[in-house]
Amino acid sequence: MDALDLARWQFGITTVYHFLFVPLTIGLSAIVAILQTAWHRTGKVEYLRATRFLGKLFLINFAMGVVTGIVQEFQFGMNWSSYSTFVGDVFGAPLAMEALLAFFLESTFIGLWIFGWDRLPRRIHLACIWIVAVGTNFSAYFIIAANAWMRHPVGFTVDETTGRARLTDIWAVLTNPQAWSTYLHVVSGAFIAAGLFVVAVSAFKLMRARWPRRASDAAPHPSEDGLFRKTLRLGLAVTAIAGALVVFSGDHQAKLMAQYEPMKLAGAEALWDDEQGAGFSLFAVGDIREGRNHINVQIPNVLSFLATGDFQGDVEGINDVQQRFEQEFGPGDYRPNIAVLYWSFRLMMGLGLAGVGIGIIGLWLTRRGRLPERRWMYRVAILGLPAALAANVFGWILTEMGRQPWTVVGELLTAASVSPGVSLTEVAISLSAFTLLYAVLAVIEVTLLLRYVAAGPAAVMPYPPDDDSGPDVPAAREREDDRVPAFVY
Amino acid sequence: MDLQTIWFVAIAVLWTGYLVLEGFDFGVGMLLPVVGRDDTDRRVMINSIGPVWDGNEVWLITAVGATFAAFPAWYGSMLSGFYLPVLAIILALIVRGVAFEYRGKVDDDRWRRRWDVAIVVGSTVPALAWGLIFANLLRGLPMRPGHVVDAGFADMLNPYALLGALVTGSLFLLHGAVFLSLKTDGPVRVLARAVALRSAIVAVPALVGFLGWTLAHRPTGWTIPVAVVAVVALVTGAGLAGRGREGWAFASTAVSVLGTSVVIFGSMFPVLIPSTTDPALSLTVAGAASGPYTLEVMSWIALVLLPFVIGYQAWSYWVFRRRVTRAHIAPAH
Repeated sequence: MDALDLARWQFGITTVYHFLFVPLTIGLSAIVAILQTAWHRTGKVEYLRATRFLGKLFLINFAMGVVTGIVQEFQFGMNWSSYSTFVGDVFGAPLAMEALLAFFLESTFIGLWIFGWDRLPRRIHLACIWIVAVGTNFSAYFIIAANAWMRHPVGFTVDETTGRARLTDIWAVLTNPQAWSTYLHVVSGAFIAAGLFVVAVSAFKLMRARWPRRASDAAPHPSEDGLFRKTLRLGLAVTAIAGALVVFSGDHQAKLMAQYEPMKLAGAEALWDDEQGAGFSLFAVGDIREGRNHINVQIPNVLSFLATGDFQGDVEGINDVQQRFEQEFGPGDYRPNIAVLYWSFRLMMGLGLAGVGIGIIGLWLTRRGRLPERRWMYRVAILGLPAALAANVFGWILTEMGRQPWTVVGELLTAASVSPGVSLTEVAISLSAFTLLYAVLAVIEVTLLLRYVAAGPAAVMPYPPDDDSGPDVPAAREREDDRVPAFVY
Repeated sequence: MDLQTIWFVAIAVLWTGYLVLEGFDFGVGMLLPVVGRDDTDRRVMINSIGPVWDGNEVWLITAVGATFAAFPAWYGSMLSGFYLPVLAIILALIVRGVAFEYRGKVDDDRWRRRWDVAIVVGSTVPALAWGLIFANLLRGLPMRPGHVVDAGFADMLNPYALLGALVTGSLFLLHGAVFLSLKTDGPVRVLARAVALRSAIVAVPALVGFLGWTLAHRPTGWTIPVAVVAVVALVTGAGLAGRGREGWAFASTAVSVLGTSVVIFGSMFPVLIPSTTDPALSLTVAGAASGPYTLEVMSWIALVLLPFVIGYQAWSYWVFRRRVTRAHIAPAH
């Protein structure tokens, strides 16, 4: 164990943890904005209540996303200073753009949204949450453009005197095919996770109202049933639409992977040797030392089709890419951790598609005001959330582990990226500090979310005493009587 | 002025924006147990910075991101060189950010008291650590070839750096107290004024000592009047706060933080990290900078975007311009 290993673990742990909050932030900001728009258009108090309730859950999650993101901005310099010095000229630009264009928007307008309920005109207040939603997408694009450059470096040269990368074409970096394709895939994956978050919360509330555990579950406010039916449908619809996008962009990702990152694709499929008409592996037990599989259950020709669009297309194998890299870059082991790639790929697709399935089947089951009668269906819907988050995480594990042993493919090895002046002790201290703090924060965050879900919409926006039948109050009166307090802390 | 110098100035501007803006919200956080006598007062204080602290912090994120892009070697050497202080700052900022957002989410005294501790610690640690880091950057550190800082945490605890920590700590405390007197009313306002005067007793001599030491150690002619302005503004700010001229008082303490930051960056140029091992190993602006193309691209982006950022941040301060009082605090929910 040396500083390099710990620095990699730290990057993995802090980034995966950060990325539990990111997809929810991206998707939920838009979903909350949609609900607030619906309130703005119709004046139905039900939509305001849904906005406030899901908005609260969104904010609890948003706070974690913001603070865990700080680490990312510093971590490259702390643990990976050789990498930073090498790539800063190229990689730093999108990061700085992200801060200038996205972070300022998000942080300022989220403040305006939280505190501006009775300070700002309704239209402008609504615009604030939309700006936050757009800001999260800018943020995603720039950071993914930076990441895509590591996998498929474009628009640069390496300065011969300093040995550092020099940006030559910012447009090439920002329009890198790996960037926009990954962006679509990541953002649609984020919307699946956020859609299933809304589904999970709504399904849980509907389930508890039907199969109460406590006396307080049994009689929620009569309007809640309608509210959660609506949010359930909205969550399912978002999941299903994003599901179509995730499949489309995922297919494109596979083709780009075959073109630019053959080792990752071969590793993800445990395909050891060059093959025409390669099959898609369902289950494999391989031997890394021998470079072959003992067991491999396949669907014939499907991998070739996914990678090249042709059932007889040629797909490079691990051993072939290894040989090619040795010729190009000198002796060394250029194979990533095959087992991790293989299973991450399967878990990403399996869990992701399961989530999309919940969206599509759920839409059918809840058509025209119907609601499932069986409790297990609600439980499955709730499980969609962890499945989608795990799929997001495994997608990134595949992306990042599949790039190894490189940080910048063909240019810089991970082993040469680490900070030369940082000791094992220092990385060990920060790794343990982050892990401990993150564990504590996770417990607090989940407890808080569960508390607010259990308390329901009434806790964030009490029902007026004379209004127990739940008719829609005109928006104007709503603003007077049931005004949301401006001071939320 | 060449592009490298322009970008050094741009990064100095971003840092200065950060220190001026987050300086006062660090101060408010540090003063929580001093000025906030009961929970309602503490909520008044937190609400006075509630809508803006996150936006203030983005100045830091942008300063660091811009350093990564414009001076990659500075970014790498500084953050890896100051590993433990930077780690402490990050942990503090995490805890503090979560504390602001979660404190009011459960109606329970013990819950709130714990988050109060997190806010105080999370504001104090960075307020001190930034001074420690900047002072050490001015003083210089042992360095190996390749701009690798070779200093342990003990090396960073020298008298000059400790004075630097005291300066940022006390300056932010005073700046925060003046902000509170400007943005609140009632008991918080009264107490904040008194605290502003008292903290000046520490802040003013500390600043005089630090700026004097800095001018002697890294002599740069034009920074002398700036240093004088920083000190005069601080004295004026504390005095005006005591007399109830809070708007002008806040402008003065802001000028003082700004002037201090200008002296720090002005003295630094053009040696970003001086090497105490061998001056030839020092990291300079020219040695750390990105290529002219990157700097040009970044210049255009900053030129287009920064006015918008300043515009909408200023607008958000305008929206929340009213004083926060106890009457505004709704029952906890």
